[in-house]
Order: sequence, then structure tokens, then C-alpha cells
Amino acid sequence: MIALLMRDLRLALRAGGGFGLGLAFFLILTVMVPLSVGPQPALLSSIAPGVLWLGALLACLLSLDRLLALDWEDGSLDLLATAPLPLESVVSIKALAHWITTGLPLVMAAPVLGVLLNLPVPGFKWVVISLLLGTPALSVIGTFGAALTVGLKRGGLLMSLLVMPLYLPTLIFGAEVARRGAIGMDVQTPLLMLAGISAASIALLPFASAAVLRINLR
Amino acid sequence: MSIWEYANPKKFITSTERVLPALWAASAVCIGVGLIWGFFFTGDEARQGATVKIIYLHVPTAMLAINAWVMMLVTSLVWLVRRHHVSALASRAAAPVGMVMTLIALVTGAIWGQPMWGSWWAWDPRLTSFLILFLFYLGYIALWEAIEDPDTAADLTSFLCLVGSVFALLSRYAVNFWNQGLHQGASIFRAEAVIGTDTEEKVSNIFFYPLMLCIIGFVLLFVALVFYRTGTEIRARRIKALIARERVEA
Repeated sequence: MIALLMRDLRLALRAGGGFGLGLAFFLILTVMVPLSVGPQPALLSSIAPGVLWLGALLACLLSLDRLLALDWEDGSLDLLATAPLPLESVVSIKALAHWITTGLPLVMAAPVLGVLLNLPVPGFKWVVISLLLGTPALSVIGTFGAALTVGLKRGGLLMSLLVMPLYLPTLIFGAEVARRGAIGMDVQTPLLMLAGISAASIALLPFASAAVLRINLR
Repeated sequence: MSIWEYANPKKFITSTERVLPALWAASAVCIGVGLIWGFFFTGDEARQGATVKIIYLHVPTAMLAINAWVMMLVTSLVWLVRRHHVSALASRAAAPVGMVMTLIALVTGAIWGQPMWGSWWAWDPRLTSFLILFLFYLGYIALWEAIEDPDTAADLTSFLCLVGSVFALLSRYAVNFWNQGLHQGASIFRAEAVIGTDTEEKVSNIFFYPLMLCIIGFVLLFVALVFYRTGTEIRARRIKALIARERVEA
């Protein structure tokens, strides 16, 4: 398992284009928001938590199609499926690698981009906490979407259509934590819901992803 | 005599075709009588005026929009467990019908909301979750269309339906939490009213009877459409098999 994780991480780092792309996308999106809605500080600080969440979500989505597609193309996915390691663990490891290479950098970049959007000071903590709790769910749900569409020639757009509705609950609670935190409200309920969604997705969705992947590899 | 007999495509087509004319006729009569009764022979509501009459389209389609998804969930499970092709094709046949029902409910709701709430759209939990349901239908249909192999498509869409149902329910509660609503709560079928703890009359009897007729009519229409479309899907697959066989022989 660790070997597989290291392999995926090394591939993501060295193959180029994968690792920094999500971050760059997040940066560009955040720059474009003030350019499109105007630079008023009050407006920006009120929408900053939502924009950061949306940007992180889209950056996650963008990097999903290379999650399984590359291994599918060169046949290493078939090898992994016949390996003694259960496919459920393979899928979990893939999701973990995706989170380390995409989710974690996004979490670390979010406060920096928060400065650009004039995020209120108490908001920084909650944006980071909510993203830290929410991005694992985004990776795991995304892995399910990638497994669904892995056999398709141009599955990227279809995958976005399938994955985005599944992202909605995570987005709603995550952005709610960040928004409430930024204006100093109590965050406990949405925070617990967000953590619940993440925990349940991590625990249950790999089984669905592995089942779907088995159908696709048939 | 068990329900699984109808998993035989031949049996399914012959028996549904026997009841289909009756279903079409019954749904046409119910909807026709219900709508005419509702539109012309009930008074205007005291505060809403004539706009209340859109209820006869809005409520039945909204109920079917949700129940069509539930039906797809059941048929998907049947496919995954018992591998009956008719079941998978029935969920495929029901999806566009459910999507259209969702769309009609959204549009009639907007037309009703404009004079009542003063806006076509509000980010109310019920409205939002219906829009989300619409997105789920879109993704489900798109996945069916995208995959060539019919069995793979049936398997993958069934899994999407199962996982999607969980997330659709989650979204329903998430949006409830996210924003307070303008939309009134459940008013027609309420558990509290049945067990007698809530005696308040939410929908007047004058509107209730034609509305019931419309609901029955729309349910019959839905059943007829699903039977009809499932038969079409079965025949389409049979044609594909015949063409493939001819190509092999030639």
C-alpha cells in the first residue's frame, strides 16, 4: 500500500502538469473574482469564504480525470486489480494520493488567497479548518466519479456533470462553516455535519468506487 | 404467480400492452376531468385569486418527480440483485419522464411564485433541492447515453442511482439548513393529519377533490409512459441483437 502511495505521489510530482496545475487554477480563479465583481473591499470580504470554497472545489474537480485515466490507459490499473491488494484499498490509496497532491496544497494556499479577497481575520482559521475537513471528502467522492467514467473516451465533461451534484452537500456545509466563522458566528453544527460527511464518505465510498471500477474492468 | 414473471421481456410486453390502452384512457379521463373541474368549477381562493389553480399541475408533477427517482432506485436495486434486464430498462425509461416532471414542477412553481412571492425564483430549500434533483436526473441520463455496452451502462447507472440517492437526501437536509424557506410545508398528505394530532385544514375540500383526481391521473400517466417506454427500450435492444446476428451471418 505504501509502495503504491509513493508511486502515485512520485508520478504526480515528476510527470509534470499534475501537481501545480490545481494550485495555479485556484490562484487564477481567485484573481478573476475581483476582476469580475469589482474591487469593493466590503463585497469581497463577504463573498471571500464562498469563493475560496468554490475555487478549491473546482481545482479538485479539474485534477480528477488524471486520477485513474492514466493508469487505465497504460494498463497498470488491470495489474492493480489482479494484485493481492484489494481494489478497495487501491481506490482509497488513489484518493489519498489525490488529496495529498491536490487537496493539501489547496488548504495551504487558501489563507494566502484569502488576503487577496480581503477575508476577515477570524475567517482565516475557519477557512483552513473547513477545507482541511472537507477536501478529503472531495477527493473520495471524486474518485467515485473518476471510476464511473474511466472507460470513456472523453469522460471529463461527463464526470464534472456527475461529480458536481455529489459535491453539493460538502460545499454547502463547508462554505457555511467558513462564512459563519468569518463573521464570528457559532460554527459547531455545520462543522459537525461537514466532518460527518467526510468521515462517512471516506468509510463507505471506496466500496462503491471499487465495485464500479470492477464493472469497468470487466 | 409471482411478480418476477414479468421479468421475462416477452411476458412484460404482452401484458403491459394489454393494459396500456386502459391506462392511457383512465389517465386522460382523470386529468381531463380534474383539470376542467379545477379550472372552471371551483371558485377562486380568497387571497390568491385564480393563480391557485396552477396547483393542479404543480403538485402532481412535483410528487411524481420525487417518486420517479424512488422508482428508479428500486428498479436499480432489483437489477443489481436479480439481474433482470427489464428492471434496468425500466429505470432508464423512467429517468427522462422524471426529469420532465421536475422541470414542469419548477416552471409551474416559478409561474405561481411570480404573483405570490413577487419573484420567479427564490433560493428556498424546496426550490433549491428540486433544482439539485434536476441535476441528478441530467447526470444519470447522460451516463446512460455515454456508455456503449448495455450491461456496463446498466451497472454503472445503478450505482450512480444508489450513491446519488444518498447525496440527494443529504443535499435536501443541507439546503434546509442553509436557508429558510418561503415555500409552504407539506399540506396534502401529512402523517399528523392521518393520526389526528393535526386537525388544521391546509387545503380546502373544494380544491382537494379535483386535485386528488389530477394526482391519480398523473400517476396513471407516469405508469403508462414508463410501460410504453420500457417496451420501446426492449424492442430497441432486440433490433440491435438482430442486426448484430445478421452481420455475423453475412
